[in-house]
Amino acid sequence: MGGMRTAGDLVLRMQMTRAMRLDEAKKYVADKLGVTVEDLSDNIKMDKIRRKRGLGRIRPAVNEVTDLQAKANIAELLDIKINSVEKFGF
Amino acid sequence: MPKTRMGSGKAIEMSRAEIKADIEKGVEAAVENGGVEPLSRTEIDRLVELHCLPARFIGLERGKELVTSFDGGSIKLKRLNISIGRIADAQIFERVLCADSAEFAHVDYSFKPVKPIIDSEQIEFKQALQVTVAPMFYGAMPNLSLYYEPVGSEPNPSTVMMEEGDIGKARRAIERTVEMGVKDMVFVSRKMHEAGADGINFDTVGSAGEGDFLASLKATERLKEMYPDICIEMGMASEFVLGMHGDMEYKGVNLAGLYPHEQVKLAEEAGVTIFGPVVNVEVNKSCPWNLARAVTFYKACREASSIPIHANVGMGVGGVPMSEVPPIDATTRTSVAMAEIARMDGL
Repeated sequence: MGGMRTAGDLVLRMQMTRAMRLDEAKKYVADKLGVTVEDLSDNIKMDKIRRKRGLGRIRPAVNEVTDLQAKANIAELLDIKINSVEKFGF
Repeated sequence: MPKTRMGSGKAIEMSRAEIKADIEKGVEAAVENGGVEPLSRTEIDRLVELHCLPARFIGLERGKELVTSFDGGSIKLKRLNISIGRIADAQIFERVLCADSAEFAHVDYSFKPVKPIIDSEQIEFKQALQVTVAPMFYGAMPNLSLYYEPVGSEPNPSTVMMEEGDIGKARRAIERTVEMGVKDMVFVSRKMHEAGADGINFDTVGSAGEGDFLASLKATERLKEMYPDICIEMGMASEFVLGMHGDMEYKGVNLAGLYPHEQVKLAEEAGVTIFGPVVNVEVNKSCPWNLARAVTFYKACREASSIPIHANVGMGVGGVPMSEVPPIDATTRTSVAMAEIARMDGL
């Protein structure tokens, strides 16, 4: 789906944490982000959203949220627990 | 004349009528082998259309894309003769290949050899999780073959059966390795979950027969009891479970000979989060035949399941030719068919 270029990682997280089928997972993520399902795979739109919300981007600026902090923001956005954030995060 | 390939990857040309006939035969083969429902006329027509498109690379409508998970993630690039560490490998999957998930794995890709080096494995995995964003699995194969002589302690059941003709002895050896496998799978998975894994990938399940499948189901059960929220992906080794034992059951179901739509029900019952079915490719049949057969099986698997299904596609499975350099014309047709017709949740 495009991973961090889009919202592929976020959709997969909903399959992994709640065993959601694909359509349900996409709708859940789209609703949380306030976008359409089609927007989830638009890398231009998603790049801006990811930067604004601190969800991690392919090419982050030096002062931008990355890695574990980005995962903590993803967990909060999607209302899920991310194991590495719970164990080593904030 | 439309261009397609054999299951071996060899380029061939087929007329539209020949493609249609092969697709119908591929569907029939799945129905006959697995007792699944055939594809509808509309679905068959769409498969014909996909194979007759002149473009080499085809794709999906926006919004219809599938997510991806992998086997052997962080050891894939090493195989390409690239000198690279596993953390960099995982970062390349995330940031260069833009995969939806990454996977960390030991180079042997089996649970048993990870056990003695678990501390080092945990530390490096933890480091990988601190410099990535995408969900990361820890993956390995149950690979019960490693518990048999000469590398393991148990008599090899194939040798016992062929040379000694002692079926009882062979069966007892398989039964003992199931418990050994479960113990190692639970131990390593527990440690990697504690190291921060987003999920555990039991991969190539069933490669050593139904004992392999049983060990994976039991390990899943035990891990779910310990960690109710743990994500376990189970990817199969082949389309039906090999009956090496012949009388091995899980929850009253004999495991030998089960096809994907039957396997997934047991996986779900054990607590698996994502299931990865396999359909093997026949190299002497065409890609239209192979893809039609795979799509028919995968669609039946999805319909039998309430958990996400990630179809195994690539290098000899799921309609992709048996080649280490899979051709893009075949892989993209497979991807579109898996999304549009089999309606997979991922690949």
